[in-house]
Amino acid sequence: MKRFLLPLAIFILLVGFLAVGLKLDPREVPSPLVGKPAPAFELPILQQPDKRFTPGDMRGKVWLLNVWASWCVSCREEHPMLVALSKRGLMPILGLNYKDKGDEANAWLKQFGNPYDLSVVDADGRIGIDYGVYGVPETYLIDAEGVIRYKQIGPLTAAILEQKILPLAMALKK
Amino acid sequence: MIPEIGHFSLIVALALALALAALSLTGAARGIPGFVAVARPAAQGQFVFVAIAFGCLAWSFYSNDFSVLNVASNSNSSLPTAYRIAATWGSHEGSLLLWVLMLSIWMLAVSVFSRSLPEDMVARILGVMGLIAVGFLSFMLFTSNPFERLLPAAADGRDLNPLLQDPGMVFHPPMLYMGYVGFSVAFAFAIAALLDGRLDATWARWSRPWTTAAWVFLTIGIALGSFWAYYELGWGGWWFWDPVENASFMPWLIGTALIHSLAVTEKRGAFKNWTVLLAIIAFSLSLLGTFLVRSGVLTSVHAFATDPKRGIFILCFLAVVIGGSLSLYAWRAHRVEPGGRFELLSRESMLLANSVLLLVACGAVMLGTLYPLFLDALGLGKISVGPPYFESVFMPLMAPAILLAGIGPLVAWRRGDAAQLARQLRWVAIAALLGALFVPLAFGRWAALTSTGLLLAFWILAGTLTALVVRIKSNAKINSAFLGMLLAHAGVGVFVIGITLVKSYETERDLRMAPGDTATLGGYSFRFEGVHELPGPNYAAARGSVTVTRDGETIALLAPEKRIYRVQQNPMTEAAINGGISRDIYVSLGEAVGDGAWTVRVHIKPFIRWIWFGCLTMAFGGLLAASDRRYRAARRREDATAPDATVVRGSTA
Repeated sequence: MKRFLLPLAIFILLVGFLAVGLKLDPREVPSPLVGKPAPAFELPILQQPDKRFTPGDMRGKVWLLNVWASWCVSCREEHPMLVALSKRGLMPILGLNYKDKGDEANAWLKQFGNPYDLSVVDADGRIGIDYGVYGVPETYLIDAEGVIRYKQIGPLTAAILEQKILPLAMALKK
Repeated sequence: MIPEIGHFSLIVALALALALAALSLTGAARGIPGFVAVARPAAQGQFVFVAIAFGCLAWSFYSNDFSVLNVASNSNSSLPTAYRIAATWGSHEGSLLLWVLMLSIWMLAVSVFSRSLPEDMVARILGVMGLIAVGFLSFMLFTSNPFERLLPAAADGRDLNPLLQDPGMVFHPPMLYMGYVGFSVAFAFAIAALLDGRLDATWARWSRPWTTAAWVFLTIGIALGSFWAYYELGWGGWWFWDPVENASFMPWLIGTALIHSLAVTEKRGAFKNWTVLLAIIAFSLSLLGTFLVRSGVLTSVHAFATDPKRGIFILCFLAVVIGGSLSLYAWRAHRVEPGGRFELLSRESMLLANSVLLLVACGAVMLGTLYPLFLDALGLGKISVGPPYFESVFMPLMAPAILLAGIGPLVAWRRGDAAQLARQLRWVAIAALLGALFVPLAFGRWAALTSTGLLLAFWILAGTLTALVVRIKSNAKINSAFLGMLLAHAGVGVFVIGITLVKSYETERDLRMAPGDTATLGGYSFRFEGVHELPGPNYAAARGSVTVTRDGETIALLAPEKRIYRVQQNPMTEAAINGGISRDIYVSLGEAVGDGAWTVRVHIKPFIRWIWFGCLTMAFGGLLAASDRRYRAARRREDATAPDATVVRGSTA
């Protein structure tokens, strides 16, 4: 009898996890980082590996930091939106290329278009930890003082971009 | 008015499902013939009312009734008619209605094609399915009413998601759901047998055609989805290990294991507990898949707007149905008598090993799919699991399964003959080795993984052929079940060849092309003729034209498109594909880069069609096996003895 109870036990465990999972929204986790300075880092630039970039370089500008990877399927969903946004030239968009391989990342940008002013390479995901990245894609809006103002988990949508991020960015610019 | 009729029909269907579940289960348990007799007409009545509801929703979409919230949010007056009808299942509410419709179709089928079964068994089966229908109908009526009105009515709708505006949307979801939900029949059979205590070879024989039929639909549904992703998304890939893809793949894996385990239970009376457990798991995974997709606990490209109330409802339903059946299993399984004995080298042990491998593979897929959720729930951080995990875990588990599938049909039941098997396998091994060595030579590049893949593919193909030859030589009768099995196994071989060759030899180039530019790839020349604007029914398209030539001979004129859908303003890529048996030429349009120049991506994908052709072969094999005469013969015999059954059918037709 006991061994026939095993499937039930496994299932009960699974239901427990699913019940907890229901309370967590994978898309809208309020980040403790919103309102705090963006964690500092110094990382090589994807297209020019000998140069390095730090968020300090962006002081005085309102900018977007988009976490992406060539292996990430949802990134392809939001990507056309980023490309279109970059063409409007409203604000700089920087990419954080997360746990990716350099050649694959470059090929990906070639294929889908490169909306980024530059992308930095976070090959082992260390900086991603500082930023609380849990899934790719994620997008951060960072103000002129280097403070994170908004965090989007999961792909951007036209609605979020037009109704939340852009108005907030415009307000911050003033 | 029409939406209200639909809403009312759903309520009637719920009442019928409740009556069905309560009366027929009680009737079967207490032996009350009057209650048992309710099962068939109630199931058929439930089908009629669900079909009316579905028809009403489809009509609301067809006639652009934007006073229905569901229509206003998922359709648009400029949407072409076929997609307006397909939009019926494009929303959360609509896809649930499709789910229930499929369940009702299966119930109708069981009620019509079950005359060879004892009445109380039919009552139990339909009663269990009725319980499931109660859950889903009340889920719809209480949390996701597809007929909710929007007052005042919208002037026009917000349009169907452009990704879904494709012929794939017309066929893929119904096929997939038909398969998904079809496992409810095997599940209901298993629960009925556990309740009844009649868990024997007859039970397995009844379940087999139903399980195989559901599996056939699921196979076709998954293959269609994969093909759709291939040509619609413009990424050139065909499988992404996305949570929703996994949700449909897990029941497929267990369904495959179940089909094989049922064979042992029918032929040898063994593995009864194991088979019942697989039948419960297969349908549980269908329910779990519904939960994962509909509750939004995981992020996915398929994710829809979600409401936590819905998640809790499905989770409770899940807990009741699956928890209840696993408790029943724990309570009753130990009473089942062990089946026939068998040696280590026997078809039984091969099939057992295979179904364990499939179960473990399914477990690995499930772990990868739910891992982000587990970590998150334990507060250990948030991560996402990508294709590298799935590929590195899944492939090594499937390789031995494929090796076994090549040998299995050659081994006798109960006790195999090792010497004879070795003789037969010699030829299989030689064929597999030759294929693995020489096919890569033809492509001019060798890699260990390529050869491994081809070795497995030729192994299963040669093993299958040998099994056919052995059967012909022995003058034994070849029935369609046997032929179907061989065909399905051959389909696996074809499928593996497709994957291996695409993975090993696909080539692609990203080009910046101005009108008149020419580029070459894999012996083909691509001339870019330019891009012109082209208005579609509900979108504006930029259509490129690319002339593909080989040795001066024109092979194809390809017209990849970039579309902007007017209502939702999403850009969509429509790749242009010139398909063939040995290769696909795949061209997609990137971005305009100025002066009439565009980025263009060209792929050559050798043998990619074999992936879907392999799936279709598997499905056709399943169809052949399910239509075997011995399942029909039993029915025809019963026809003669049960004339009243035709009356029942006639009254609802």
